[in-house]
Amino acid sequence: MANQRRLGNLSEPIIEGLIRLCGISAILFVIGIFFFVFREGSGFLFSKLNLKEFLTSIEWYPDSPSNKRYGVLALMAGTASVTVLAMMIAVPFGLGAAIFISEFCSRRARETFKIVIELLAAIPSVVWGFIGLTVMNPIIIDLFKAPIGLNVLNGGIILALMSVPIIVSIGEDALKAVPDSYREASLALGATRWQMIYRVLLPAAKNGLLAAALLGVGRGIGETIAVLMATGHAVQIPHSILDPVRTLTATIAAELGETPVRSDHYQVLFIIGILLFSITFVVNLVADLVVKGIRGK
Amino acid sequence: MKNIKFTLRVSALMAVGAFLLQMGCAKKSEDGGTPAEKVSIQNQGSDTMVNLAQAWAEAYSSVDSAVSVEVSGGGSGTGVAALINGTVDIANSSRKLEEGERAKAQQNTGKEPKEYMVGYDALAIFVHKDNPLNEITLEQLAAIYSADGNVTKWSQLGVQNAGCANDEIIRISRQNNSGTYHYFREAILGKGHDFRLGSVDMNGSKDVVDLVSKTPCAIGYSGMGYATHDVKVLHVAKKAGDPYVAPSIESTLDHTYPIARPLFMYTLGEPTGHVQHYLDWIHSDAGQQIVKESGYVPLPKDGSLEHATPANE
Repeated sequence: MANQRRLGNLSEPIIEGLIRLCGISAILFVIGIFFFVFREGSGFLFSKLNLKEFLTSIEWYPDSPSNKRYGVLALMAGTASVTVLAMMIAVPFGLGAAIFISEFCSRRARETFKIVIELLAAIPSVVWGFIGLTVMNPIIIDLFKAPIGLNVLNGGIILALMSVPIIVSIGEDALKAVPDSYREASLALGATRWQMIYRVLLPAAKNGLLAAALLGVGRGIGETIAVLMATGHAVQIPHSILDPVRTLTATIAAELGETPVRSDHYQVLFIIGILLFSITFVVNLVADLVVKGIRGK
Repeated sequence: MKNIKFTLRVSALMAVGAFLLQMGCAKKSEDGGTPAEKVSIQNQGSDTMVNLAQAWAEAYSSVDSAVSVEVSGGGSGTGVAALINGTVDIANSSRKLEEGERAKAQQNTGKEPKEYMVGYDALAIFVHKDNPLNEITLEQLAAIYSADGNVTKWSQLGVQNAGCANDEIIRISRQNNSGTYHYFREAILGKGHDFRLGSVDMNGSKDVVDLVSKTPCAIGYSGMGYATHDVKVLHVAKKAGDPYVAPSIESTLDHTYPIARPLFMYTLGEPTGHVQHYLDWIHSDAGQQIVKESGYVPLPKDGSLEHATPANE
């Protein structure tokens, strides 16, 4: 008995230390990755890169034989358009599904739905891209009389389908976290089910639902292979959702493999990496501030 | 939280499954060959040549069962990069090694890259099979694809493309580490010219053909070995007034098809042993027969095509 207790006393600090190490390692990894990406890109960033041209020109000619130009405006527009469209589809769908699963389902149906949605999340992104390339392309051409089916719409739908499981899972957890006493109280006061959800549940779960949506946005900005295959990979600013585009991530994926290490092109691709880092950082920061703002009220 | 745990468990299971599967495969191939000294030749590069390289590798396993040739694609640029880094035995390329790359490889590895011409490929131009267009000149192609070209509508080429509602030409191109992309730029747009932005850049020759077969507004290019019955292969003339020629083995060998190019394999330094035997076999009748069967053009016996040059020079 005494022995066991001593063992327990001893294992406590060890386990605590291990867990602490796990926590710190996440920070170390992020700093390490940022350091590496920054080191690879910084030489060109500070010496040769014309930052104004980089951010405001659409001319992406990294391997032109006569005049190399590195403008990423069209690529940023590509990332933004696909992400915004995907969120316009995925957020209402995902949150709707989360509300349905957490509030309207029978226990049995809920378990089935959750398993199916987990399966949706387990589909590899390259498979999604393949679906975009082979299934959605002809459908979009037929339905919209579009000249080509690989475009913002295709990428947006594929990306929406990929983010929905995340939004549903986290959204449902957020709704679950609202104590049942809230539901009981509002129903007891004579509210209908819809009034209870709209007036009580949603405001109470606001933070979690916002986090769900923002994680979806993060997925959208970071997703690579699926959008590479579904958006058509064309450098241009889209004028409608039926235009093909190219995203920042897809450009890195398609071009990094062949660029000689430390060449200008290679370094510019890493600068795009820094740009992506900064965009996600700003998104996360805004999310944090918004959540804090809500909490402060 | 439970959901996340479940996802983790599923992905962990999948990862373990994939790992076991790989182990199983690796073991099988080890057991399958003759014991101990099975040698592997690393072969990487051109996407145009990947089918051919695989056909060679497969056939060679019955010639010399002690050697396994491991083929991977990725584009000529990938093969050349691997050559420069010294990580392949043979690099495939559908374009010639540039001077700078040659120097870099020598500087990095201390060995001079050695070039072997292993066959020819005619660059085929594809459109959707419902497209009424049958013929095209290199000048028209340049006007469609080049940054200073001005052809964006099918009607400008004099055809009524009924399947394409708004008449727009959708240009299908390749990603910029593709040897086919480099060859097209040099041979059709001309030296120093750029592609017009906004083309749809695919990652492989097969993807180009697949996409053209599903897109009535599209035009695309790739090696003629990738042609299928679902797309229409255009007849090509150098300029208006010249005869239009379909890509074929004959028209490549007698120079009448204007956009044909040699295919290369590169080694670092003089090849020895198994690599030497493999390259010799590729140049033998048996190896060249496979070139023909894979849809490419075998080397002529008299060496008459030694210097195929880009059309616009």
